[in-house]
Amino acid sequence: MRYLFRPPATDGAALLSLPFHLPLEQWDPELLLEVPQRGISRHVVRFTAQGGHVYALKEIPEPLARHEYALLGQFEEEGLPSVSVLGICVDRPDGQDAVLVTRYLEYSMSYRYLFSRPHGEHSAEQLLDTMVVLLVRLHLAGVFWGDCSLSNTLFRLDAGAFTAHLVDAETSERHPQLSPGQRRYDVDLARERVGAELLDLQFGEMLPAYVDPIEVADSLPVRYEALWEEVTREEVFALAEQRQRVAERLQRLNDLGFDVGEIELVTDPEGGARLRVETRVSEPGQNRRELFRLTGLEVQERQARRLLNDLRAYRATLEQKLGTPVPETVAGYRWLAEAYQPVVEAVPADLAGRLAPAEVFHEILEHRWFLSEKAGHDVGTTRAARSYFDTVLPRTPKELTTPSAIVGGRD
Amino acid sequence: MASIEMRNIVKQYGDGFPAVNDVSLDIADGEFMILVGPSGCGKSTLLRMIVGLEDITSGDMIIGGKRVNDLAPRDRNLSMVFQNYALYPHMTVYENIAFPLRLAKMPDDEVRRRVTEASDVLELKDHLERKPANLSGGQRQRVAMGRAIVRQAEAFLFDEPLSNLDAKLRGQMRTEISRLQRRLGITTVYVTHDQTEAMTLGDRVCVLRKGKIQQVASPRELYEQPVNLFVAGFIGSPPMNFLPAHVEGGRLQTPFGSITLDERRAAAIQGRDLLLVGIRPEYFEDASLVDEAKRPLGSLFRARVDVTEWLGDSQYAYIPYEAPEAIRNQLRDLSRELDAEELRTQAIVSIDATSRIREGREAEFWLDARKVHVFDPQTGENLTRDAEAGARLTQMATEDRVEQVHEAQAQGTTVGGGGASRAGAA
Repeated sequence: MRYLFRPPATDGAALLSLPFHLPLEQWDPELLLEVPQRGISRHVVRFTAQGGHVYALKEIPEPLARHEYALLGQFEEEGLPSVSVLGICVDRPDGQDAVLVTRYLEYSMSYRYLFSRPHGEHSAEQLLDTMVVLLVRLHLAGVFWGDCSLSNTLFRLDAGAFTAHLVDAETSERHPQLSPGQRRYDVDLARERVGAELLDLQFGEMLPAYVDPIEVADSLPVRYEALWEEVTREEVFALAEQRQRVAERLQRLNDLGFDVGEIELVTDPEGGARLRVETRVSEPGQNRRELFRLTGLEVQERQARRLLNDLRAYRATLEQKLGTPVPETVAGYRWLAEAYQPVVEAVPADLAGRLAPAEVFHEILEHRWFLSEKAGHDVGTTRAARSYFDTVLPRTPKELTTPSAIVGGRD
Repeated sequence: MASIEMRNIVKQYGDGFPAVNDVSLDIADGEFMILVGPSGCGKSTLLRMIVGLEDITSGDMIIGGKRVNDLAPRDRNLSMVFQNYALYPHMTVYENIAFPLRLAKMPDDEVRRRVTEASDVLELKDHLERKPANLSGGQRQRVAMGRAIVRQAEAFLFDEPLSNLDAKLRGQMRTEISRLQRRLGITTVYVTHDQTEAMTLGDRVCVLRKGKIQQVASPRELYEQPVNLFVAGFIGSPPMNFLPAHVEGGRLQTPFGSITLDERRAAAIQGRDLLLVGIRPEYFEDASLVDEAKRPLGSLFRARVDVTEWLGDSQYAYIPYEAPEAIRNQLRDLSRELDAEELRTQAIVSIDATSRIREGREAEFWLDARKVHVFDPQTGENLTRDAEAGARLTQMATEDRVEQVHEAQAQGTTVGGGGASRAGAA
């Protein structure tokens, strides 16, 4: 047998003791982890926890495994939202298929969960928009998915909004640029898959009556086209309004979750201008990087923006109290130790792992605002956290608990 | 159903490399056409241009008499079969087949009619009310096929559909696809790199090399009357042997003795010097086992056997031979291009399973000279190809196909083919 692992290889080393010589279906259940949040797969997929991390193992033919391993590696390096690949095991005895190992996307949610109980803010439309953002992002990067479906997409909460991640790249292809035919084919396929997956939920009596699978599926190509047009169109305007139009366009792209690369502005003698922006595929990561620099926390972009705002407020309060300027790195350290960590560490053990710590912190900030409004004065984070743990967090179902928290609790 | 015509199709990428170079190909209504060749020959690109995934640089793509170059994939009404199909656990087999029609908001009775029709052909009738969890591998693939059938597409397209299946299921599916295509009589384009798949499935096979068509013919014509060294070497397993040969007085002098050709072939190589003679493994035999009556039709030679391979029902002997360096290089290039491993300076000859010829010893062989071909080593051209005989073979295959399609239509097994069943189609 041969193992191929991407760095850090220590993660891979933890998996070497697993019985890769046996078909996954014959593995001792003791080694495996039940993960309820699952889509539909054509292959045998199992989950295992090693060293506090959870991994997904998928049995597929070697050429497909190598292909997917290489592609997912590329995606990760380029900052495309996809699961992170760890390695493959090939040359297994008796001509068995290869095993592809990916890191489980912690705190992710499957469509089965999200669609079967959509509430107010998590509407079907919102989920579909999130998925369309992912598809547009992939297409901009020259990735033909070839299998875009809800089963192959995982959703994560990011300060109340959703982000979507690609889970399965088995059939994906990388091109310098996609042809219109390739994009349309991918979108048609996605429409059909989404429709079928929602119909399936309907047959399984898991879809709320007000969600119409066909209507939702039919809206996908429309949403896609609108977004594609929005991020790729060339704009023509009068030179006089140049400044405002460029700023508006960039703001709009940022709001949609896209980063902007080069801007090309071509003017003509008649006083008109043509604006072409190169929309980047990666998510804007400015806040993420900033928060990481100051605190070492790795969270998603919107969460980072939220946390940074709190950090800045904390610093201002600190400066006021001390009557002297506080360097931002010092503020970062103290905020982490005095504001953030006490709150996330106070999550009751039986509720741990239901939401990512940064999401919990975000929700507590929301809750604090809500309580303060009602009380007519600031109730403070500690009281807000206590109330949140008592009344809000328990409403997040236990089945959403991320697998590594379950494993952690067992140790 | 529809015919597919390609007129001077070119696909050029940004770097100017022509992945498909001036391809003209007519696929008849109801025909099973295979696109085959080693990796990089352009077969998948061609299929993608039919589907609409790749833009066509120049030329015309005509489906059912309509130019489709600028149509979106969906508007071409073609069906890529098995392409990463998924089965939905809460839906019955019936609904798993029907859902594309549901999404198209087709009336229930039309859905029922189409699914029933398809499930009859697919022999899934008894499983329609079940959930897919308990279906066998083959039945799952048939459900995927059912989805394609109910759409009443103009044609089925397959892109290496079996390459990731295990050997057993692959064989099973090959038979299944072939049987279904015959019963449905639907135009089918099938891409593969596997010449065995090509030979067993297709009415006609289009062999591609570096973006250009080499030959389009029935499997038998390709096998018996290849146009060039490339086709001759690609089609057949084990492959055709190529021996260096000199022309001397109308006879070919080879490492395996001299070969006398009939008048037609002798005339074709007149005035040539160094040539390559192509001999299929089964044109050889253990001399001691050849009928007295057959003996004079071929020649005898003695050679030392390197290895023998006994497979129960058949047996192969490997005989090394000497070749001038120029020829060796040529053959090395050819096997590299064909993705083949062996450097062909040893002949693979088929001998009767009962033959007592043993490895390491010298033995006498008989060589049937009637079917050998002679190639120009420079251009690769088959100098002795009998175009008329080849055309007759392909004609026979065409007649067989037409007859089978008529039979299927008479039995009413074609789906969406006849006027009446076409009524519901968009």
